[in-house]
Amino acid sequence: MNILFDERLDGTLPTVDKDALLTHLTAHLPGMTLLHREEDLRPFECDGLSAYRVLPMLVALPDTLEQVETLLGICHAQGVPVVTRGAGTGLSGGALPLERGVLLVMSRFSRILDIDPEARTARVQPGVRNLAISEAAAPHGLYYAPDPSSQIACSIGGNVAENAGGVHCLKYGLTVHNVLAVNILTIEGEHITLGSEALDAPGFDLLALFTGSEGMLGVITEITVKLLPKPEVAKVLMASFDDVEKAGKAVGDIIAAGIIPGGLEMMDKLAIQAAEDFVKAGYPVDADAILLCELDGVEDDVHADCETVRGVLEAAGAIDIRLARDDAERATFWAGRKAAFPAVGRMSPDYYCMDGTIPRRELPRVLKGIAELSATHGLRVANVFHAGDGNMHPLILFDANAPGELALAEEVGGKILELCVEVGGSITGEHGVGREKINQMCAQFNPDEITVFHAVKAAFDPRGLLNPGKNIPTLARCAEFGAMHVHQGQLPHPELPRF
Amino acid sequence: MTHPQDQNPAPAPESLPAADHDASDTLLERVRQAAQDNTPLRLVGGDSKGFYGRPVSGETLSLAAHTGIVHYDPVELVVTVRAGTRLADLQAALAHEGQQLAFEPPHFADTATVGGMVACGISGPRRPWAGSVRDFVLGTRLITHDGKRLRFGGEVMKNVAGYDLSRLMVGAQGTLGVIDEVSFKVLPRPAESATLHLEMSRDAAMARLAEWGREPLPITGAAHDGETLHIRLEGGPGSVANTRKRLGGEPDYVDFWRRLRELELPFFSRQYDSRPLWRLSLPHRAPSVPLDGDELIDWAGAQRWWRSDTPAETMRRHAAHAGGHATRIDLDRPHGIETPFTPLSPVLTKYHRRLKAELDPHGIFNPGRLYEGL
Repeated sequence: MNILFDERLDGTLPTVDKDALLTHLTAHLPGMTLLHREEDLRPFECDGLSAYRVLPMLVALPDTLEQVETLLGICHAQGVPVVTRGAGTGLSGGALPLERGVLLVMSRFSRILDIDPEARTARVQPGVRNLAISEAAAPHGLYYAPDPSSQIACSIGGNVAENAGGVHCLKYGLTVHNVLAVNILTIEGEHITLGSEALDAPGFDLLALFTGSEGMLGVITEITVKLLPKPEVAKVLMASFDDVEKAGKAVGDIIAAGIIPGGLEMMDKLAIQAAEDFVKAGYPVDADAILLCELDGVEDDVHADCETVRGVLEAAGAIDIRLARDDAERATFWAGRKAAFPAVGRMSPDYYCMDGTIPRRELPRVLKGIAELSATHGLRVANVFHAGDGNMHPLILFDANAPGELALAEEVGGKILELCVEVGGSITGEHGVGREKINQMCAQFNPDEITVFHAVKAAFDPRGLLNPGKNIPTLARCAEFGAMHVHQGQLPHPELPRF
Repeated sequence: MTHPQDQNPAPAPESLPAADHDASDTLLERVRQAAQDNTPLRLVGGDSKGFYGRPVSGETLSLAAHTGIVHYDPVELVVTVRAGTRLADLQAALAHEGQQLAFEPPHFADTATVGGMVACGISGPRRPWAGSVRDFVLGTRLITHDGKRLRFGGEVMKNVAGYDLSRLMVGAQGTLGVIDEVSFKVLPRPAESATLHLEMSRDAAMARLAEWGREPLPITGAAHDGETLHIRLEGGPGSVANTRKRLGGEPDYVDFWRRLRELELPFFSRQYDSRPLWRLSLPHRAPSVPLDGDELIDWAGAQRWWRSDTPAETMRRHAAHAGGHATRIDLDRPHGIETPFTPLSPVLTKYHRRLKAELDPHGIFNPGRLYEGL
């Protein structure tokens, strides 16, 4: 599978005279860093989906909003596609450049403009790193809740563009639940504020529409986020199971007991072994699955909840339950989970990280399906799972230097996502569609639904200059992709056994 | 699990499940016909919130017969409901499983429907802590201008595939499409709840709330009526009891939050006060707005109700200056008023109109309900 921009399937891109554009931009934006030589462009050829690389035509690194505005004005007037990029840590190729487009890098907008402990808000530029917000808020006993695993590096602008998640979403929400307002620049160069520091704003909820829109509707120039008081206390229980299915059921039992954990993570045997080998977190390497259950909040409630959860886990058949004795042990328990991706990376030259969501009740069926795909294709798959909110991250192990293995890994990945859709889930929980899952969009949405997405796009960017080819496939691509169309859990032939 | 101070309608022992009736085909046919004839449609659920918007002239398209809980799995924390289902029926079904809609939506009438709740997007006293209607919408089925029934979002907690059409519908008041079915995230009801009142001035209350807001306290309601600060605590028995001890004050009457949510306190009554009613949505720490009239504060300062004769333009200017906006609400005008909402800036108007033109090119869905031309 080749996911690079294909004019036959993705629509024609305007032909731009690079030298003329460079001359024009240099004349109008003399103070802006503009990269154009191959060796300077090279570092920007991919984002976190590094299997795919495209050298952008030009890279713009503006320092001021006026520069962004002028740049967009020129690109709009001349019909030049613009791909916006934050820190470039996205895993779905949402910031994959175009060889006939300008890559607009927002990383120099890295100032925290204001932390207001009374209002419990932070006003930041889009290039600010996710973790930097919580660090700046920490002296006030506050933090910014969404914590994608790349939080040390990823930018808040990218988080808004992708509606990033993390391990605490079930209780504290995604980016969309934690952003109060964003300023954007339209491709036509207009400044708009969406949302407000008040809790609502008049008119359509364009803030919700823009969150997760993957740079297709506008360029984010400033963000106001909500800060939360740090929970008084957090405890972690680790439970081991001799059967993945029992662990999956325990997750539902915890929630059925009326408890919403701050974090609820599951790892399968291969992931446990990889993590233990890497960070020595004290994980039980013989277990088939472990659950990490973090309970946070007010101390009295957390103690009571810990007892309830312990009882639930025992009843669900856990073979071992350990409560982290102190914050140090709690950090150790989490260290294994947080290092799961690099840990798996040590077991294999390459791995491909998937991001499907499913209704939790379908976990046994999906894990079985993944195991069968793994066996039939001869590629190992490790599973880490934001179990509380049904967000799976199967890691497909492969060797990019072995001929055909990347394609095979992508094939397995695509089939896993189709399986997620088949059981009523989604092809992406928090990584975004980008370029990576452009074909699987055709499995989740029918042509009429995709047509509505194009209508939304047309309202904000009628000429299709912002991030063309990402997020929403053309109908031509869906026709060509021609995969078995699984839509809304309705298979074409439901009577046939699958997986 | 006990609910000593329950604000949600409890399921009556004889209550029946919401009638299961899928009227989608009829609705689709009506929309197709309207699109063909260019007939504007006035979308109506239970007609409980007609006052909240501008009058719409058009053929009535009632969703009230499109009822039923399509799917409810308490362990998944997800419920999918047809738009015409009565809100009270949904809440009774959730309460039966010890769960709730955490955003505490108002009803305004027994007839209130789930579709109307989503379309209007009004959240109750718990909103600053729990989130708003849109925060809990996971997916929708929509009837589009060309009479197609399409699905956006879904029944999973995390889903970032495609644009978020479902959340866009919240507060759009049916101007972009007909909400046919909605999936919500639901949450467990708190194990314990307590309401207290503390006598203190407005400014003292606001200062205390700002202080408490920086601590992880189990506060889920905070209102000030000019003399008294009303606080609700919800959580586990331990945290509620300890916080109650710490904050002091006296136990408050149980029904306060319901009456606040339903705009049934004397403050909202026309008999009590004939001056116009305004809702100011402001940053919670915005200073007191210098207006003539009486103020009732909800949402720990983020929602401020006013009875005031101040002219609309002045009202809106003050709200904008404080970082928010003002909505004129007239509960006695069941079809709405000419200018309820704060006008949008020219550039926002442009994009609202473009979006409307793309999603409702014939202008058949509740035309003019939010703003003229939308």
